[in-house]
Amino acid sequence: MSTAQKPARRDGYVYFPGCALSANGIAYDESLRTLYRLLGLGLRELEDWNCCGATAYMSIDEGSAFLLSARNLSIAHRMGAEEVLAPCSACYLVLRKTQDYVAHHPSVRRKVTESLERAGLGPLNTVRVRHPLEVLYNDVGVARIQSLTTRKWRGGRIACYYGCQVVRPYDEVDKPYNPMRMDELMQAVGAPTTDYSLKTKCCGGSLTGTTAEVGLRLNYILLKEAARKGAQAIVTICPLCQFNLDVYQKEIARQSGERFDMPVLFFTQVLGWALGGEPRELGLHRSLAGQSLIQRWFAAKEEVEAYV
Amino acid sequence: MLAMIRRKMKFQREADPVWADQISQQPGIDRIWSCVQCGTCSGTCPLSIYMDFTPRRVVALVREGFRGDALGCQTIWLCASCYSCTAHCPQNVHITDLMYRLKREAIQYRMFPKRFPIPVLAREFFRLVQRHGRNSEVWLVVRMALKSNPFALLSMAKYGFGLLRTGRLSLRQDRIQRTKELQRELSAPQEEPQ
Repeated sequence: MSTAQKPARRDGYVYFPGCALSANGIAYDESLRTLYRLLGLGLRELEDWNCCGATAYMSIDEGSAFLLSARNLSIAHRMGAEEVLAPCSACYLVLRKTQDYVAHHPSVRRKVTESLERAGLGPLNTVRVRHPLEVLYNDVGVARIQSLTTRKWRGGRIACYYGCQVVRPYDEVDKPYNPMRMDELMQAVGAPTTDYSLKTKCCGGSLTGTTAEVGLRLNYILLKEAARKGAQAIVTICPLCQFNLDVYQKEIARQSGERFDMPVLFFTQVLGWALGGEPRELGLHRSLAGQSLIQRWFAAKEEVEAYV
Repeated sequence: MLAMIRRKMKFQREADPVWADQISQQPGIDRIWSCVQCGTCSGTCPLSIYMDFTPRRVVALVREGFRGDALGCQTIWLCASCYSCTAHCPQNVHITDLMYRLKREAIQYRMFPKRFPIPVLAREFFRLVQRHGRNSEVWLVVRMALKSNPFALLSMAKYGFGLLRTGRLSLRQDRIQRTKELQRELSAPQEEPQ
């Protein structure tokens, strides 16, 4: 458990929400902003940000994929930021990968530099790409989150699901093999976690929409294994994982003939609630699956208890 | 009946070793020559059980230069880019990047199965972002369905209601303010094969 505490930076991180967090994953955006406010950390939104291109751009035109990220990074630099916060797995990876390729492949660097110049955008500088899981773990620290906890956890066991692109292929957010940082943060606010050997198995991303028989099967396995390990809810760090496990859960239950009614939450929602955020400002009403449990676990009129 | 009979053996004269050389010059893909065919990638891949060729076999096909098989297979489209193969590969072969490279060439030469929704999704996504700078889930899904399988819209409508009710679906096409700036940046002359 890390106890390193650095002073909170008031001028803040530049925040790149991305398309998912402004639409189906809006609860992630709401809960992240609430949590940052409760922690006294600043959050400035990246000005006129564009889509990261996700996996689709890489499949069509790799050069353009890097250019999309280069624009975002150069705007972040112009805003005076040293760090850009990317909560979405796809955004995080594409930005991070762009920096890696610009640094290590001269042909990519040349094309990115020329294109930024042509568009009148500033030079590509080393803005550090960060994920909120790692910021909360390293900059804020588990001990500080624990000390700021004002609500006692009344929910059940949870399975922490990290998904793929945040922990792979770059290992700065957490270990690629058995990541534990989200587990530690959950335990710090009193939420018991289960072992979950599928914590970094892929949810299939957009396969649920394009090849449902494959995509739904992957998500069935994830839900089934979480339930088998005694988890009553899944907590995740990725908007696409949350979308797949939450929105398709009813259909998966129907097709498999099994009963699933499992809340699928963002880790920022659990942390935000523990630190005293209100359920509505954390977007807890936006989950489709497991609403009865969510309403019981995160009661709005919960008496605030000292919990240290 | 005759149409169903297919030769499984490959002849060397059908291979294109020059193509293999070209591919391996792409940043990040040069490591394919170090592959020892251990199969760790196929073992760790959550989708290999649905693939016609496992990732290990795709690497072998590419290295020998069997372009048609490597570009026409379903494997590259089932790859969800989870990087499990890349992270686990003991030889540090960037298999996910290789899959992306094959997808690009398959789209460029239209060598994917017709009306296959995955490349259609990628292309429509590309066009939306090219034009508006941002993605819109609703319009992306509608356009993908119209160009692959319109009946899919019916089955997707049932998810739409729940998303609308919880405020997670916007019918508006989101766009950036400085689209001109973005288009100027993206207007680089295309390098072939990219």
